[in-house]
Amino acid sequence: MSLLSDTVVHARQLTKRFGEFTAVDGIDFSISRGEFFGFLGPNGAGKTSTMRMVACMSPRSGGELVVRGMDPAHDGPEIRAGIGLVPQEDALDTELTVLDNLLLYGRYFGLPRKVVRERSLALLTFAQLEDRAGAKVDALSGGMRRRLVIARALISRPDLVILDEPTTGLDPQARHLVWERLYQLKQQGVTLILTTHYMDEAEQLCDRLVVMDRGQIAAEGAPRALIAKYSSREVLELRLEETDRARALAVLREHAERVEVLTDRLCCYGEDGDQLLELVQHTGIHPQGVLVRRGSLEDVFLRLTGRSLVD
Amino acid sequence: MADVFTVAPVLTPRPGALSWRALRFWCFRWSRTWRSTLAGNVVYPLVYLAAIGIGLGHLVNHHLAAEHGAGTIGGVSYLAFVTPGILAASMMQIAVHEATYPVMGAMRWDYAYLGQLASPLRIGDIVIGHLGFIGVRALFASSFFLIVAAGFGALSSPEAMCGVPIAVVVALAFGAPVAAFAVTRDNDSAFSSIQRLGVVPLFLFSGCFFPISELPAVLRVLAMGTPLYQGVVLERACSLGTLGAPGNLAHAAYLVVMAGGGFAIARHTYRRRLGR
Repeated sequence: MSLLSDTVVHARQLTKRFGEFTAVDGIDFSISRGEFFGFLGPNGAGKTSTMRMVACMSPRSGGELVVRGMDPAHDGPEIRAGIGLVPQEDALDTELTVLDNLLLYGRYFGLPRKVVRERSLALLTFAQLEDRAGAKVDALSGGMRRRLVIARALISRPDLVILDEPTTGLDPQARHLVWERLYQLKQQGVTLILTTHYMDEAEQLCDRLVVMDRGQIAAEGAPRALIAKYSSREVLELRLEETDRARALAVLREHAERVEVLTDRLCCYGEDGDQLLELVQHTGIHPQGVLVRRGSLEDVFLRLTGRSLVD
Repeated sequence: MADVFTVAPVLTPRPGALSWRALRFWCFRWSRTWRSTLAGNVVYPLVYLAAIGIGLGHLVNHHLAAEHGAGTIGGVSYLAFVTPGILAASMMQIAVHEATYPVMGAMRWDYAYLGQLASPLRIGDIVIGHLGFIGVRALFASSFFLIVAAGFGALSSPEAMCGVPIAVVVALAFGAPVAAFAVTRDNDSAFSSIQRLGVVPLFLFSGCFFPISELPAVLRVLAMGTPLYQGVVLERACSLGTLGAPGNLAHAAYLVVMAGGGFAIARHTYRRRLGR
């Protein structure tokens, strides 16, 4: 029990089956209080199914699951009372105003009208929507809607916030605004769980994450540690003429730590990307496209599964 | 294990409190959008009452007086005859509408059910909340209708007030099974068939506008078996003050069983759909 004392979510051999199909295939993970924990993986990896089980919205098919110290199979309402969910779909009521959406949602948690009202106004400020309180949801931009959904998830003052693909479909500026708010929540000590197929999002936000693929966990760790373990400090991406490929590969295989051959490019892993590039250019090859960058979670995923994260 | 967590204390809600929160959601939402429901719930039934009960009723009464020497059906004016029929039929229409498109909407358009599912509410509360709201709508619509009908002099007994709870039961008898079906649909294409093949024939041939004794024998038996007929008979008994007549208990039992059975099926289909 002392092991679990600071554990908000504890899963052992957690499984979800839909008929013959196994969406989540016996995964183990633990999430500590105050942690920002990520599930990274492509669409169909089992992230959302895992999320729904943790949020006590979907029964598990097998394994153990403890959320906020309780068993979702018996204590669903009690557990959900302390969880804020930001679903993939906005799930906002477009016939109502921004403020009404918050008021209505707060009432599900049995909060008195006055309390809900006070919190709603404070949350609108948090979400930078204070001047939109009376606007119809229809009139909001995608980024504003997402921030409203996040604000709504906070109405019950949850100690665990679950975000399912929170920035999918948002432009870069809107994403950054969402990230900023999430970071603020983390600093207040809220435990956050994030699913995403954006590696930069996982890298920037998560303290720790699991890489999911085909219902299983392929790796677990802090973003930088995973990158150090499965990638390299730098990555050289080369786009080459078909005729230059073999020659370049010969050089690179000799000097790079590792080379991944993708349909449109080569990814070469090493300490110094520019140095690798020089070696290639020395042989008289002129690449059509060159990018030297730091190793990322994308590379981790590629290494672990042989596939890229976003196709 | 709960004691090792310093979570905010969660007060265990009283029984029924969670269902009440779901019902309150629909009522609150209605308080913001009720204007768009006026036409179907208030105006149409009254237009029927005026056009058929009073307009057509005038002709019918004349015709009956010329043919049979008395301008009445079973001793009452056509207006008094048709008013409870329109009331029962309106409850069916309101319930079927509310149990189709808004259920689809809550499921896949604005995801209201998803929001409820992420809150402390359980699936059973979600079902009770939405069906309960259909009952609330019937309560308001039937009360208003009966007040106006009384103003027209269409009601001949104080028992007519019992028409309100019966209207609620009629609405639930239709709303519960239809919602149970609607939640299983992936799109709204089946809903117009429910209207065409279910609501419209029932509306015309369940004794709302003429006594089913006018129908050929085969159709008469069929009509007597329809759920709307039970509602029409009961509403008519209320407005004429004959609620105590034998057989009414059976009509009521029919509707209660349909509402209860519909609720049980809805709980099952909602679980399969929402709790996957």
